[in-house]
Order: sequence, then structure tokens, then C-alpha cells
Amino acid sequence: MQEILQYLFSGLTNGAIYAVIALGFSILFNATELINFAHGEFVMLGALCLVTLWSGLHLPLPLALLLSAAAVGGVGFLFQRLAIHPVRKPDHIVLVIITVGASIFFRGLGMLLWGKDAFAVPSFTRKASVEVAGAVLTSQSLVIIGTVGVLALVLHFFFRRTLTGKAMEACAISRRAAWLTGIPAQGMVLLAFVLSAVIGGLGGLIIAPITMCSYDMGTVLGLKGFCAAMLGGLGSLWGAVLGGLLLGVLESLSVGLINSGLKDATAFLLLLMILYVRPSGLLGNRSVQRF
Amino acid sequence: MLRIRNLKCFYGRIQAVKGVSLSVEAGEMVTLIGANGSGKSTLLQSICGLMNGWQGDIRFEDRSLKGLDPPRIVRRGISLVPEGRQIFPPLSVRDNLDLGAYTLHRQGRKQEVRETLERVLTLFPVLRERARQAAGTLSGGEQQMLAIGRALMARPRLLLLDEPSMGLAPKLVSRILGTLVTLREEGLTILLVEQNARAALQVADRGYVFETGQVVLQGSAGELLEDEDVKRAYLGRDYGDFYDGKA
Repeated sequence: MQEILQYLFSGLTNGAIYAVIALGFSILFNATELINFAHGEFVMLGALCLVTLWSGLHLPLPLALLLSAAAVGGVGFLFQRLAIHPVRKPDHIVLVIITVGASIFFRGLGMLLWGKDAFAVPSFTRKASVEVAGAVLTSQSLVIIGTVGVLALVLHFFFRRTLTGKAMEACAISRRAAWLTGIPAQGMVLLAFVLSAVIGGLGGLIIAPITMCSYDMGTVLGLKGFCAAMLGGLGSLWGAVLGGLLLGVLESLSVGLINSGLKDATAFLLLLMILYVRPSGLLGNRSVQRF
Repeated sequence: MLRIRNLKCFYGRIQAVKGVSLSVEAGEMVTLIGANGSGKSTLLQSICGLMNGWQGDIRFEDRSLKGLDPPRIVRRGISLVPEGRQIFPPLSVRDNLDLGAYTLHRQGRKQEVRETLERVLTLFPVLRERARQAAGTLSGGEQQMLAIGRALMARPRLLLLDEPSMGLAPKLVSRILGTLVTLREEGLTILLVEQNARAALQVADRGYVFETGQVVLQGSAGELLEDEDVKRAYLGRDYGDFYDGKA
């Protein structure tokens, strides 16, 4: 029992990170119908920026977090302006391939800037771990799970209550109608890229203390986040959270109870299953076309 | 107010508008009638910035609209009620209207937004009743009112409408067109594109008849209603009589 609870805790922690990454995928998809395969690299950049600013330059933690998130947001901005915006014939497949290329580019950039070594970052708080019924929940786990909750609520508020959020939603529904209404659709796309990059970076920040940070950490995390987003329903905010947590828990349980070799396979098995059974995802409601 | 000179529009190599000139004076309601594919909608899309690469001259209040994107044109004072309504179905009625005033919100003109909202809700009381409902749950006629309301929220001086009667029952058509008359009486200038030529000519001041990308006839609405060619080609006289209950 205690063992299962422990798996559950570590599953929720990992799942919360997948959820954050999935949120980034969903927000961008909502505004642009684009899957950004470079999204995992934003996670990597967030984590490595924190390594430099906090562990390297010894800035105070809040400042280091803020600067790292802003830096990743800046990368997202440049990425949209320099790589996506100038495309003359913006077919989906062209843009997706560009994001794949960008992910290779960012990984190379990460390797040049930070080298091939992996870095460790200390936990954000010095508070002791919490023990629940014999299972341990580390303070960083609490930070991670709390971050997802707060982030999801903030985004919910943003899309439901603020004019900019609603305008982004309107662009997602019909870019043309939004444009005619006076909403600068191009600006909203740019905003979606920046927002999604910042959220990806945030994922990197909170995961940094519980993993080894290196230039190639983003690929698998990005793919897991993508699986989580698909599982919950691409484009759905709470779907992304649900998908992430579910994926994390199932992964952790399959590792603990069946075989540790199953860790990465779980995500992709789930992805295949959801695509087969319910391609719109658990909370997605968009109509889906099969090839 | 709006002056179009020798407008030519292309879809690839196909020329949809072949040198059209027309004008709309302040306070007028002008209608463009003609068959499907005669270039009326293309002309509207050129005015509101959706077509790129048109040739000729479109001037609004003596300033050219060339090279402006739709949000800038909305800021200049022109709003379009697009064909097929194109509201935002999952958002609430209130949110749809609020987004219509996006440019005003961004300029900090909150007071004007409140006033305009009040005016729109008075014009269409049903939208007040359904303010919190998702726009997609409205009936076709209500959605059309919402689309017009959303366009009005930007406080345009010129309102363009693309086929507002499409898919609506005759009663609703007259309700919608009646609203346009009210708006015109309040001083709004209106350019109305319609396939329902009879209904449009009954409310408009002047009309232009389009055929394969050209203006073939123009005149006051009364003249056009009586014109034999127009009657035969666009009013469908026999059907029209039946429609009016005379047959």
C-alpha cells in the first residue's frame, strides 16, 4: 500500500511536469493549429538558463526564475519572428518541419553554450519532505504540483476573463472572423508563441532540481508532453492537466508494478491507444479527421 | 464618403471584379445586387482589407485604404458583417459583443464601449436576454443580429453587410432589414450586398446591379425596382408576386 502511494506521488510529480509541457503545446495549437516539435527544447533552455543564473551567477532564486522564463519567452518571440512568420507559403506541413529543424538547432545551440555535461540544481526550498502514510513527498514535488495548479488557474482566468485571452480564443475559433472584428490576428499568434515558450521554460525551471539538466533533456520531455496533450485533448486546457497527471501516474505505476523498462513505452502505448479509441482526447471536443 | 474608382480584383489569374466604380454618400443606404459570383462579395472584401493585390482606388473619407489590414480598416471606421455570420460559437453572446469593441477597448474608450453595448442591446433585446448563453446556441436570426451587433460595437461610420438575409425565414429578413433602416435613420451609412434583390431595394436609397464583375446598371432603388431588365433577371417577378401573397 505504502509502495503504491509512493509510486502515486512520484507519478503525480512527473505528471505535473508533463502537464505544464502539454499546456504549452495546447495553447500554441489552439491559436495556430500548429504542433511545435521544438517545444521540448524550450523546457531544456529554461532548465539550463536556471543552471547558469542561479547555480552559476548566484542570483537570488526569484530573480533567476524570472529572468530564465523571460529569456525563453524571448527565444519564442525570435523563433516566431525569424522562422515562422517569414514563411511565404505557410502550409502546416512546412511549418511543422520548420519546428523539427528548430528543435535540432536549439539542441545544437544548447550544446555549444552549456557543453555536453549534465548539471544538477538544488531544490527550491530547504523545507523537509512531507510524509503521508509512510510515503515521502519531497518539497520540490509540492512546488511542482502547486505550479501546475496555479498555472492552470491563471490560464483559465486569462482565457475566460481577460479581453486579450478572449481575443486569442476568438482567433483560435476563426482567425478570419477575429481579424475582421479588429483583432490583430498576427499579434495574437506571436503572443501564443511567446506564452507557449514561457510555459515550456517554466516546465524546465521546476523540473531542474529533480533531474539532470543537459542539452538533450528536451526531446523526450517534449514528446511526453505531446502525448499528454493528445491524451487530454489537444487544445483543451484542463485536458492538458488531466492528460499530464494521468500519464505520469500510469508511467510510474507501470514502472513500479510491472517493469522499469516500460517507462517510456507507457507514454507511446497510451498515445496509440487514445488515437485509436478516442482521437479527440479525453476532454477534447473538436471534430477529428482520420486519414 | 466611400469612393471606389476602377477597382480590379484577381483570384490568381481569374478576374473577379473588372473595373468597378461606385460611391456611397454619408447617410445613404446603398445596395449591390446581382447573381452569385458576380463579384459583389469580392468588392466588399477589398474594402475591408481581406483581398490583397487589388488595383484601382478605394477612398474612405478622402483617404486611400490601399495596403491596410482589416484591424486598421476597422479603426478607420468601417465594419463588415461577414457572409455566413461568422460569430464565435463557443463564446458567450456578451463576449462576442465585447470582442467587437476590441479596438475601442485597446484605445481605452471604456465609456463609449458601455454606451455602444447599451445601444446594441436596446436594438436587439433578445441579445440582452441571452447575454450569457454560448453564441452557437442562438437561432439563425439571433446569430445574424449578434453578427450585426458585433460589427456595431466597433462604432463604425460605414457598415458593410454581406448577404445578411441568407438562410433566414422571410419574417426574419424583414426584421433584419428593418433594423438597417433604423440604423440609417440614426445616421449610419450602409453598404448592403444582397441576393434577395427585392428586399434589398425596398429598404435601400440607391442600388448597383452587378453582372460578371461589372456594374451593368445603377440608379435609385425605386427606379431599379421598376426596371424591366432588373425585374426579369433579379426580382423573379412571378415568384415575387407569389412571395408577396398576390398570386
